[in-house]
Amino acid sequence: MIEMKTQNVNNKEAVISISKLYKSFEDNHVLQGIDLELHKGENVIVLGRSGSGKSVLIKIIVGLLKPDKGTVKVFGKQIDKISKKELTELRLRIGFLFQNNALYDSMTVYENLEFTLVRNQKQIRGNEVKKAIENVLEEVGLADTADQLPGELSGGQKKRIAIARALVLRPEIILYDEPTSELDPITGAEMNELINEVQKKYKTSSIIITHDLTCAKTTGDRILMLIDGKFIREGNFEEVFDTDDKRINGFFDYNFIQEKHESYSK
Amino acid sequence: MDSNSRHPAKYFISKNIDQFFIGIHDIFKFILQFFKEVFRPPYEFREVIRQCYLVGYRSLFLISLTGFITGIVFTKHSRPALASFGATSWLPSLIGIAIIKALAPLITSLICAGKVSSRFGAELGSMKVTEQIDAMEVSAINPFKFLVVTRVIASTLMVPVLVMYSALVGLGGSFLNVHANEKTSIVMFIHEAFIKISFNELASSIIRSVLFGFTIGIVGCFYGYNAAKGTAGVGKAANIAVVMTMFLIFIEEMLIVQGFNLIYPNE
Repeated sequence: MIEMKTQNVNNKEAVISISKLYKSFEDNHVLQGIDLELHKGENVIVLGRSGSGKSVLIKIIVGLLKPDKGTVKVFGKQIDKISKKELTELRLRIGFLFQNNALYDSMTVYENLEFTLVRNQKQIRGNEVKKAIENVLEEVGLADTADQLPGELSGGQKKRIAIARALVLRPEIILYDEPTSELDPITGAEMNELINEVQKKYKTSSIIITHDLTCAKTTGDRILMLIDGKFIREGNFEEVFDTDDKRINGFFDYNFIQEKHESYSK
Repeated sequence: MDSNSRHPAKYFISKNIDQFFIGIHDIFKFILQFFKEVFRPPYEFREVIRQCYLVGYRSLFLISLTGFITGIVFTKHSRPALASFGATSWLPSLIGIAIIKALAPLITSLICAGKVSSRFGAELGSMKVTEQIDAMEVSAINPFKFLVVTRVIASTLMVPVLVMYSALVGLGGSFLNVHANEKTSIVMFIHEAFIKISFNELASSIIRSVLFGFTIGIVGCFYGYNAAKGTAGVGKAANIAVVMTMFLIFIEEMLIVQGFNLIYPNE
């Protein structure tokens, strides 16, 4: 059986607060009045089907997309009202893991991290840069890939390097977009473990976008179910799925067929 | 053109006409952003040098070949007409005027439009669709400065250098042909080739090359940077970058030559 993460967050200080957020693309109303608070040190899971607007939500948080209506505050600053300079400063405190990793494919793994680091932390030079990059690569378990190009790495390795690239700037918030997509179950489980390690070691607060219930169960302190542009359910894993709502149960059944088989065989 | 801005529900005139004007507005905004960013630190010197190497050095073989062939072929085509007037001694002057004033800037720029502008369009387009540009932005790095400004500077600097190089190689090719047929010495050839070229004409060629280089860079980057999602978007960005750059080079050539003739009617 997959172990559910035990809730360990008592801090109620909100690092991200979203209120009545709306976003549409022409006639496609993706987000329809979202409210969300991410507390310090917490991993919040946003669960939902593909195309339900999960990625749009975190792209709005980091200022890649603009909301149609509503407020999005990160560390108390309203993201669509701040200056470009303030937005840049804010982005330094946020790590973002793209669904397809978005590694710079013409650069080696080392250069991917160096590129991000030296442009943002001008005070560190030479050996310090090298040491910082080697440390982060070691933490994600890929110290030996420094000279490889992203194209030479496996899917799981690419995800880890993408996390390393985010970690190299020591962010306080990490936004994960489908961290276990396209990974086999074992590599997926390793990724979930890494997410929990990052949370513990770096004291990060995270929003994890996923439709993978194993990921949700093992990494989430709190789960929000996004259906039809709204959060229809919130709580820990058991609370969210303790319902008669077919939209939620269907999601559960489809994801945990394998786990059910395991329990039946026991 | 991000998903926030370019999908009006109702059109002012019609979809195509609106999009044409929106496109013009976007490209001018893009050019304006370039001039805003180009003087603002931090400066990406290393990337500019890398791009100069890719635009300049990596185009040398192609430019040498086309320049050399242009020189020989143009000389061969011009000889019979001049010979009928008994004026083959004017060949070096004719070739000098043709290559330095018209052929070298135009042919080199068109080749660079195909080679460089398409590369910029495809590279930036693929970075756009794989979210690498977004990744830079969320890492607090200015992608416009790193990707666009460096490439436009490189093409603006290197295309004039390639044009001058191409002119020299073209004159070299022409000299070989003239020497083989008319036994003209190299000193005489160079003297004759440059005697009819004034400083203003030379400056006009260089200024045109600078403008063509800028056009090659900015158009390629514009279409790549704003590529639509998917692999088709990358192909379209590369393709339209080349077509648009070539079209603009011809328009600019015509306008500058007309303007130059108005200012200096005797040259």
